[in-house]
Amino acid sequence: MATTTAPGPVRPAGRPAEDGPPSRRRRRGVRRSYLPYLLLVPAALLELGIHVVPMLVGVWMSLLELTQFHIRDWSTAPFAGLDNYRVTFDLDSATGRDLLHSFWVTTAYTTLSVGLSWMLGLAAAVFLQRPFKGRALLRTLFLTPYALPVYTAVITWTFMFQRDTGLVNHALDQLGLVDGANPPFWLIGENSFVALLVVSVWRSWPFAFLCLMAGLQNVPAELYEASAIDGANFWRRLRDVTLPMLRPVNQVLLLVLFLWTFNDFNTPYVLFGGSAPRQADLISIHIYQSSFVTWNFGLGSAMSVALLLFLLVVTAGYLLVTNRRREHA
Amino acid sequence: MRESTGERWARRVVLGLLTLFVLAPLYVMVSSGLKPLRDVQGAFTWLPSRVTFEPFVEMWQTVPLGRYLVNSLLVASSAALVSVAIAIFAAFAISRYRFRGRQLFSVTVLSTQMFPGILFLLPLFLIYVNLGNATGIELYASRLGLTITYLTFSLPFSIWMLVGYFDSIPRGLDEAAQVDGAGPLRTLFQVILPTAVPGIVAVTVYAFMTAWGEVLFASVMTDEHSRTLAVGLQGYATQYNVYWNQAMAASVVVSVPVVVGFLALQRYFVAGLTAGAVK
Amino acid sequence: MAVAALLTTASLAACGDSGSSSEGAAKTLSYWASNQGASIEFDKQTLQPELDKFEQQTGIKVNLEVVPWSDLLNRLLAAATSGKGPDVVNIGNTWSASLQATNALIPFDDATLARIGGKDRFVPAALAAAGAPGKPPAAVPLYSLAYALYYNKKMFADAGIAAPPATWEELVETGRKLTRAGQWGLAVEGANPAENSHHAFTFGQQWGGEWFDSAGKPTFDTPQNVAAVKRYIDLMAVDKIVNPSNAEYAQNQSVADFANRKAAMLLWQAAGSNFKAQGMSPEEWGVAPVPFPATPPPGGKKVNSMVAGINIAIFAHTENRDGALQFVKFMTSDAEQVILNKTYGSLPSVKTVSADPAFQAPEQKVLGEVLAATAAPLPQVPEESQFETLVGTAMKELFADAASGKVVTEALVKEKLGVAQQKMGS
Repeated sequence: MATTTAPGPVRPAGRPAEDGPPSRRRRRGVRRSYLPYLLLVPAALLELGIHVVPMLVGVWMSLLELTQFHIRDWSTAPFAGLDNYRVTFDLDSATGRDLLHSFWVTTAYTTLSVGLSWMLGLAAAVFLQRPFKGRALLRTLFLTPYALPVYTAVITWTFMFQRDTGLVNHALDQLGLVDGANPPFWLIGENSFVALLVVSVWRSWPFAFLCLMAGLQNVPAELYEASAIDGANFWRRLRDVTLPMLRPVNQVLLLVLFLWTFNDFNTPYVLFGGSAPRQADLISIHIYQSSFVTWNFGLGSAMSVALLLFLLVVTAGYLLVTNRRREHA
Repeated sequence: MRESTGERWARRVVLGLLTLFVLAPLYVMVSSGLKPLRDVQGAFTWLPSRVTFEPFVEMWQTVPLGRYLVNSLLVASSAALVSVAIAIFAAFAISRYRFRGRQLFSVTVLSTQMFPGILFLLPLFLIYVNLGNATGIELYASRLGLTITYLTFSLPFSIWMLVGYFDSIPRGLDEAAQVDGAGPLRTLFQVILPTAVPGIVAVTVYAFMTAWGEVLFASVMTDEHSRTLAVGLQGYATQYNVYWNQAMAASVVVSVPVVVGFLALQRYFVAGLTAGAVK
Repeated sequence: MAVAALLTTASLAACGDSGSSSEGAAKTLSYWASNQGASIEFDKQTLQPELDKFEQQTGIKVNLEVVPWSDLLNRLLAAATSGKGPDVVNIGNTWSASLQATNALIPFDDATLARIGGKDRFVPAALAAAGAPGKPPAAVPLYSLAYALYYNKKMFADAGIAAPPATWEELVETGRKLTRAGQWGLAVEGANPAENSHHAFTFGQQWGGEWFDSAGKPTFDTPQNVAAVKRYIDLMAVDKIVNPSNAEYAQNQSVADFANRKAAMLLWQAAGSNFKAQGMSPEEWGVAPVPFPATPPPGGKKVNSMVAGINIAIFAHTENRDGALQFVKFMTSDAEQVILNKTYGSLPSVKTVSADPAFQAPEQKVLGEVLAATAAPLPQVPEESQFETLVGTAMKELFADAASGKVVTEALVKEKLGVAQQKMGS
């Protein structure tokens, strides 16, 4: 879960009452006022130094013509103004068109991956609510993909997706689903999108499962009993009891998964070995190619900044909408 | 509340399919690690033509796996410990105090998690190099630099989870300690921390896994001496051959400690998440 | 404000050459070697005894790191950007002009060359692939390589084929005879952009194309280049002598296929030691020059390989330039050239030892003749590494299309190359 995500200020409501601070605190207020800041200093310094300042440098880079002629000495890099952004958004140029294509691929990938992960996670969490023999074993097994380091998981999938030597084509052939003499490719061409999606879902659904399982533990059993007495079937219970109770979990979970998946670099990088096929050209790997491989760091930075702005807008919009809905609910 | 027949079958089918989906790569990893090279170069077979432990022996020679393992262990565990320590203080401040800038801090820290890594990779690299030149502290291509980088990756989520956890600890406990004359830090160490153990364990595990699995920064910010498993494992694709069997064997070896650790502590993780993140 | 300050320090440090590398001591050097042998470990074992010799001779200790090819360019780029890195490096010779443009490598002007034995020691074709024409080279050649056609003697005999093909038409015909169940005529590395771009260059030369014009502007989608790339892709798409699976090969699986008798022919650079490592004895395979078209297209050149090889360069940020030069001199000395090139199956980059018995095996003879007569350097322009990535990736996509049964038309090839060319401009 590197460079993963966690959502913005969405900590659920229900904080302990502290709006009326006890008188004791007020009395010692002067002495204490600096303490919280002191406690925050290490965290603030680190985030500032490792994330915020480099990010601002990145924004500065996006305004420079920072190619191989200038990377060694930035002071010689001509100020490019918004030129890099112009190229980024110019849909008449191959660069702009490819970036847009990559954006759509990433959007489709994120939507499907988050949706499927959430559904699988919910199914497993709901079906593991009731005690049965082997439940603890299954729960442990289902969490394993989340605990596995990304690269070992993805390297294994790469091996499984090999056309001639992989498990996937072998199993599909044994099931009679593909022509064994002319099996499909998974790591190049059209299917590469499917392969990427499968790996992504395999890696992220256990996280959804974990969160939803934790959320379900907070649902009082009486609610189910009551709805069972009302004669509600499985789907009614799911709709009327489970899902409403999971709403706060979902609000956070979906956002985390969205940001995590949209920015995902590790999975495509390891799966396709650095350069993704066009059909699976995720935006993170696209930007990596545009900066590191073609040595145009100004352009790559401009693309990154555009991506960051997009994520900020989406996140802010999402939080506004979901919070408003919650207040209305 | 009884389970209907339809429900029972649905449960069996869904859980069965999920089990297969989860197991397939794990099976490939383990079984291919026991295959001779010829087996993994030809068409896939469910079972090895002969079971061999050679890959588990040879993998230490093909790449310096031992060194990568030590590096990963050092970097990931120090990043986890430091990150959690810092997160505890920050979470304590946010949970127990109202102060100017509290909201700003939370929002800023959490939004850093949105930054695409690729945007600040090169700047960070240059900052490390220049800091190194100015101060003599090696940050670039060193385990120290990698540790600092990784601990900031897990910090925001850790703080956020711990704030949730601390919030769930009744304030009455603090008050009681304060009546007894305990200062804020003693309150933190003697009252809050012992109660928050599950949350702290959960956050430590999360921070460790974050550092253990990172690829992008490891590929640019390490050299031969500081290289971690994330990059080192790619070494099984050599100039001559892809040693899939050794790669799988190595994957098993480097996965086992984290997986076992995580699964052993999963109870805490779920508890921590319940109280913290998803309350 | 803080950003501006940081940037200033960044630039100052970068242009001031203050980036230290080998902790002050003039008695050590750090050296990044490229991965030439079977594994990183093999290379370390090969190079370490030589570095020990150098230490004995000069008292300078060389700290070796063998960098895998997948990391090398990124690491070089990082070193060039930051002024932090080794003193001496191996670079793929095709990157010479690209790295030269960063000014991070010391130029080997005549005076500098004189200190390592003089310009005339080096094979001229190899030295020509060490930087842009008209500029002092940014590196000097270390190992020389060329492409050749490797073929399986037994498979040829079994099919009643007497001699290796000399033209593409013959290669296709031969390939068809050799393609049968479980066996293919030719193996290619279809998903490896660098390999693809090398073939794009050679085929382009034969079909009268150039990838850059004299002003250094990209000319990717000329009819000649389109025809050349299509000819190469058609080996799989139309002639069907290449296993479609090769479209996903990027980790030298084509070499493994040849060594494992799954393919009868292979176009590769100095593959002999690789075959041996994979258990194929030298008697089993033969080697011939890469074919030409039967009737040369208009403007076609008699080129059947790029001047391939590895160069050795010195970073300008080194604090031990003298030591670094001594080390380069040592690595290009007669004795080391024989030892190292013999181990790797490559050819010496200096003229003085080309007659050494170590390089008289049939494989080395063919490679040597190709290098001497019919090899040309890849375009020595700063954008060369982008050319490799963009054109090589376009060809990877074309192979993917061909493998999944799509018809690869001239229009499609032209479109892909056109897109690649547009991206160069930005």
